[in-house]
Amino acid sequence: MQVDDNSAAAPLGGREGARAGGSPRFYLTNEFGLLLLIVVFAAIFGAFATGFLSPFNLFALGRVAAINIMIGFSMMVVIVTGGLNLAVGAIGVSAAMFLGWLIEGLGLPWPLAIAGALALGAGLGFINGFAVVRSGLHSFIITLASMSIFFGCMVFLTRAESFRGLPRVFSAFGTTRLFGVLSPLLIVAAVVGILLAILYRYTVLGREMLAAGAKPQAADLSGVRVGRIFIYCHMLSGGLAALTALLLVARNGAAIPSMAGQLGQDWLLPAFLGPVLGGTLLTGGRASPLGTFLGAVLVTMLTNGLLLLRIGEFWVQACLGLLLLLAVLIDKARRTYLARMRIA
Amino acid sequence: MDRYLRADWFGPLVITVVAIIAIAAFNPSFLSPLNIQVLLLAIVINGLIAFSQMIIIAIGQMNLSVGAIGGLAAICFAGLMEVWGIPAPIAALIAAGIGLLGGLLNGFFIAWTGISAFVITLASLSIFKGLNLAITRAQPFYGVPESVKAFGNTTFFGPLPWLLIPGAIVFLATWYLLNRLPLGRRILAVGGNAHAAGLSGVSVPRTIMAAHAISGLLAALAGIALVARLQIGQPTIGDDWLILSFAAPVVGGAVLSGGHVSVAATILGVAIVAIITQALVLFHIDPFLVQVVLGGLILWAVGVNRWREVHMSKSLGRSST
Repeated sequence: MQVDDNSAAAPLGGREGARAGGSPRFYLTNEFGLLLLIVVFAAIFGAFATGFLSPFNLFALGRVAAINIMIGFSMMVVIVTGGLNLAVGAIGVSAAMFLGWLIEGLGLPWPLAIAGALALGAGLGFINGFAVVRSGLHSFIITLASMSIFFGCMVFLTRAESFRGLPRVFSAFGTTRLFGVLSPLLIVAAVVGILLAILYRYTVLGREMLAAGAKPQAADLSGVRVGRIFIYCHMLSGGLAALTALLLVARNGAAIPSMAGQLGQDWLLPAFLGPVLGGTLLTGGRASPLGTFLGAVLVTMLTNGLLLLRIGEFWVQACLGLLLLLAVLIDKARRTYLARMRIA
Repeated sequence: MDRYLRADWFGPLVITVVAIIAIAAFNPSFLSPLNIQVLLLAIVINGLIAFSQMIIIAIGQMNLSVGAIGGLAAICFAGLMEVWGIPAPIAALIAAGIGLLGGLLNGFFIAWTGISAFVITLASLSIFKGLNLAITRAQPFYGVPESVKAFGNTTFFGPLPWLLIPGAIVFLATWYLLNRLPLGRRILAVGGNAHAAGLSGVSVPRTIMAAHAISGLLAALAGIALVARLQIGQPTIGDDWLILSFAAPVVGGAVLSGGHVSVAATILGVAIVAIITQALVLFHIDPFLVQVVLGGLILWAVGVNRWREVHMSKSLGRSST
């Protein structure tokens, strides 16, 4: 399910670059490497960490993985443009608190409130995208500022208090166990991933997003309205961040202002780990929903396994940082190898 | 006159002076000795944080791990003194060395792999913060010697805090580095156009590593100063530096794509941020709104910088034709 912009795929494709579609051999793709790592680590943890393969742990793993996957997706759709969105956490928490207010403050039924929260996420994403496109500044600094503004407004309006009286639907959705191990949250994440893959592979809009991200000038000359497409990408990111926060609400059973840490910064590491491990290019123009999915699963599994091995909860963060560093180094080596094969 | 109008520091200076006069007119306690002391302390510490980011902005990159390096140096400083009873000056030297090393590692990986500074420093942010938590187990070090506490909280000549002296030395040294030393000029050259700098005989990887090492050192100094100020080695030191570290250089007219920063304007940027934060407290404005104001300030500043850039390139085009 490698989704490539054709121009970006050629240098990655090795000798097979000339083949139709330009996809490299499967065993050399990032996705295969991730799959291999997941299997290897699952075997290691299964053998040494007691309780790793128990149904309850797998269920809990799936619930956490779903959130990490969704955070990765909401960042990935902006990375496609060659930019980034530091405000994913702030947008997500704002949307979740808005949901709480719509239900408890206005007494709206929950389906309407969910629609409202998603709309708020997309709206905040629109503000980001509009500011980035109109000012011509890098999205890093715009979203750094907007993350501070969105989070500050949210805390100011909610007085930093949680909404705990949400309908039972949310916590029921978060605690349901299908077939004993599967969490519905994970199904939501998988469905979103498939939709994104379809978007990038088969729809005009998705192709235009990739083209605009790969080379804005070329896309502009080919008739793609680059500015508008970038704004759509940011709106999609905001909407996905809102959906992520709703899943988190379902998991927690309440909308809590601190659920993404100070300024939503706790989401930043998972947001980049998934896409970067999954082979999404930070320079834009290439997106791999499957890679992001697998990357997030790997990260979640490593965290969970390390905790079960009792390495010490405080070392886990350092391990995740090392993992990100290792991942980019390995990816670099893989690219060098592929480039050498092409020349040879 | 035109020369002054175009200088980076002119706009921020006007804003600083106007803000001080306006706030002092509404609330005379703004100029009380205690308030000046608090303001100066905030400027010194936030100035070190801002400089740490400014050096990296100068080479056209970003350093997300400023806070993590500063925090790690801070708890090492406090921990060395409490657990092993090492005298404060030696502990400070070791902590500064740890910061330097952390920055050097960042620079090494960025220069060696060519991967964007964003990803590398995001990874190292997590590693340094993880080490911090692993060492402290999220518990602060309380055993900071009296001499260090006194250094961070006493004053001379009325309201001038002692921390101002090392702060001023570092600020002058940074100015000297960027404006007078070959290394500083190389940093700015690489930031302006790395390719051109490389062709002119500047070793780009070495310059990147040097810039990151200096950034790490400055972040560590900020962490050490904060331990003296807070009187404990908090593991949470550095968590909220990210926005702060970008706000001041950007308000001071730094170009985020690199090659152009101003030490004086950055200090004024720090002063503006400190004055606004202080004013919000004095006028009993909701502390939750500080974040919103900081974010708005960054947006406003990058907008002004962008406008100046467009304006200047226009006037340049006119004079050349």
